[in-house]
Amino acid sequence: MADLVVGRDKCGEQRLVSLPLSRIRVIMKSSPEVSSINQEALVLTAKATELFVQYLATYSYRHGSGKEKRALTYHDLSDAAEESETFQFLADILPKKILASKYLKMLKEKEEEEEEEENNNDESDEAES
Amino acid sequence: MAERPEDLNLPNAVITRIIKEALPDGVNISKEARSAISRAASVFVLYATSCANNFAMKGKRKTLNASDVLSAMEEMEFQRFVTPLKEALEAYRREQKGKKEASEQKKKDKDRKADSEEQDKSRDEEIDEDEERLEEEEQNEEEEVDN
Repeated sequence: MADLVVGRDKCGEQRLVSLPLSRIRVIMKSSPEVSSINQEALVLTAKATELFVQYLATYSYRHGSGKEKRALTYHDLSDAAEESETFQFLADILPKKILASKYLKMLKEKEEEEEEEENNNDESDEAES
Repeated sequence: MAERPEDLNLPNAVITRIIKEALPDGVNISKEARSAISRAASVFVLYATSCANNFAMKGKRKTLNASDVLSAMEEMEFQRFVTPLKEALEAYRREQKGKKEASEQKKKDKDRKADSEEQDKSRDEEIDEDEERLEEEEQNEEEEVDN
């Protein structure tokens, strides 16, 4: 685990985080209601994000079907978002993909369902009068 | 969220490096997967910030601090991050302490040199100045990162 704490930059010097703090700060500040961020919190958030990237990548790879091809694909990631509770918060930005033809079919089926309902209502009105 | 996640990106090169180092050698990462992970990372920052901020507000503080971030990780069910984060925090604090001591030492050396050149300056004055400087530096460290 100690390996994850420090990385090495181009000069071979140890660095705590690889992600740029300035960029992390911009993202954090875009959150409403956040007034200010102390330097330690900034460093920890950057570090946590790196740990997150590592975790998401390895989890998705291990559980994904891309493993046989020794590849990590988008599909692996969207699977993880859907199936793992920990990554549920990513479900909206990592949606599953379906073929356009399938989607159009789904839309059509929904339309037909709604039409049928309307027809049923009309019939029951007629029956009453 | 005030801005769409796509506008708040992290550098591709760094993200790619982190992914590559985490996965076994020779594993190919599709461009789509890479971009998806990058977006996920940005969303993670937002989610973590919002969560940490709740803890700060609970503590009636306006400034997010380290413990807020650690509490957020637990809340988000990333307990596995807590130990490595605590280690990173220790390392960061040691580094900061080292830097502070180094710069104080430099100033002391500089003053000692100035003292020997200006024999009129009294000892007492110097010590007061050092103490003031120390206090100032401590204050500066506690202040939030300026915008």
